Amino acid sequence: MAEHIVELRNVSKSFGKTRALSDVSLHVGQSEVVGLIGDNGAGKSTLIKIISGVHKPDSGEILVHGRQVDNWSVAEARRAGIETVYQDKALAEQQTIARNIFMGRELTGFLGFIRGREAREEAHRLMRDIGFTSKVFSPDSVVANLSGGEKQGVAIARALYFDATLIILDEPTTALSLTESEKVFGFVRQVKQRGCSCIFISHNIYHTYDVADRFVILDRGKVVLSADRHEISSADQLVRDLQDIARTGRPGA
Amino acid sequence: MFSSFISRNRRPISALGVLIVLLIAFTIANPKVFLNSQLYTAVFTSLPLSIILAVPLVFVIAAGEIDLAFPAVIGVAAWAFALVVQAGASPVLAVVAALASGALAGFVNGLLVTRAKLSSLVSTLGMNFLLRGLINLGTQGQGIPLTAHLSDTTFRSIFAGEMGPIPTQMLWAIAFAVVGVLLFNYHKFGAQICCVGDNQESAREMGINVAGVRTMAFVYVGIAAGCVAILSNSLNLIFWPNTGDGFLLSTLAAVFVGGTPTWGGVGTVTGAVIGTFTVGFVSTGIIAAGLTGFYTQFFYGLVIILSLLGHRFNQPRYR
Repeated sequence: MAEHIVELRNVSKSFGKTRALSDVSLHVGQSEVVGLIGDNGAGKSTLIKIISGVHKPDSGEILVHGRQVDNWSVAEARRAGIETVYQDKALAEQQTIARNIFMGRELTGFLGFIRGREAREEAHRLMRDIGFTSKVFSPDSVVANLSGGEKQGVAIARALYFDATLIILDEPTTALSLTESEKVFGFVRQVKQRGCSCIFISHNIYHTYDVADRFVILDRGKVVLSADRHEISSADQLVRDLQDIARTGRPGA
Repeated sequence: MFSSFISRNRRPISALGVLIVLLIAFTIANPKVFLNSQLYTAVFTSLPLSIILAVPLVFVIAAGEIDLAFPAVIGVAAWAFALVVQAGASPVLAVVAALASGALAGFVNGLLVTRAKLSSLVSTLGMNFLLRGLINLGTQGQGIPLTAHLSDTTFRSIFAGEMGPIPTQMLWAIAFAVVGVLLFNYHKFGAQICCVGDNQESAREMGINVAGVRTMAFVYVGIAAGCVAILSNSLNLIFWPNTGDGFLLSTLAAVFVGGTPTWGGVGTVTGAVIGTFTVGFVSTGIIAAGLTGFYTQFFYGLVIILSLLGHRFNQPRYR
């Protein structure tokens, strides 16, 4: 049996008195795209921040490549090949593109000094790969001067660079133009072809339906539906399920 | 190529511009001002210490914090140094004591900010009073003479001697500044400092140990304070309980005049070094130009405001 890249078992998390996640179990298989759907405040961002190591769960287990992990942190997650493109893009806007791509995982050589030329060359190559056509920008350009789509491109390029086995995309199409969104979908398919898995989070059900192999619907901190793509006939069916959940707390009334 | 050099280094270059304008102004006021050798003696005694302090302050400010405790940390380190020397131990041990106590005080400052989550502005202000108060209590305001133990030793020629025409303290300061420039511009530490000061949430999401990086910046200031304590005691051959007191505002002014902005994420060590020259030349240049000391503060203020205006209009468009 193919092992799961990541599995959460009965994970709960509260912030003060707010229960963000209760008893959530979820897994992501090899080269599988999981579409995570849910309303604002359903716990999507908390869930992915637990997987990526930003938050620690109050209870429950995290298994990575079939093995339970303790002391899960961002650095650990990135070493295990989990890269996240956060909703806020996690960029440092006054820094250069190259510095942003290698933020937290600097290419270092002698005594921790940065291999600057190599970092710039790699950044340049990545920028071409993801289709930065503008000649105005170089790896030394400051991120604050880029457009929204270009910033998203930098965040995605960063996820790509480190040969991730799982890429988490949190609302990657928010505030992007149609063509820019199309590029993001292309990227998700490309990721899948490389045998890499993906968690895709979006408000837009049609976007999610187009790219995901399996859907997980979160509602008020709980998983209320987990279904393979073939179990759901169309995006409209998914929308109806969501509406049922909003009304009754259960799908398919 | 040339233009990209300018745009990458616009902050230190504009700091250099300010210094050159200042020097021209002094020359016009009194054409003989730079022939006055006393000017250089005066500048070069305080300048090395200011440089050593300004370098790590750039790291703290670029990391989005501030350190106002370093004058008292100098005092603590100098006190530790003096006590070890007074006890008759080897000066090498005194050096270790000064550096260790400085680093420890910096570490405590770092923990107050990163673990206790206090505002660095207020907590380091408090620590400056607290540590100075401890020194005053411990010494009862009495100095510790070091002449008997340190004069005419190789030790003294290393930390307060001359190498040809150049004071060794200046050489130490240059070495310290070069290491600082390398760390800030080309090392992982400098890169992470800037990311943390730029957007700490992003830095955390990318796996940077935000608290650790910030704490290291405060420790770095503490180590610099230890170095200053060693140099200051070696030069004066006496420890005074107020050692380090005069450095607070002039050093911070040097960092800001040098082009490091207050908001974090960016900074320039080279600029800060140039800034210490600017600030150093104001007070001594005024005297050498034949003006009275009453002009000093006025010119300090003028230089600070004019430099900030200069940096303000010489910034990339995004801010």
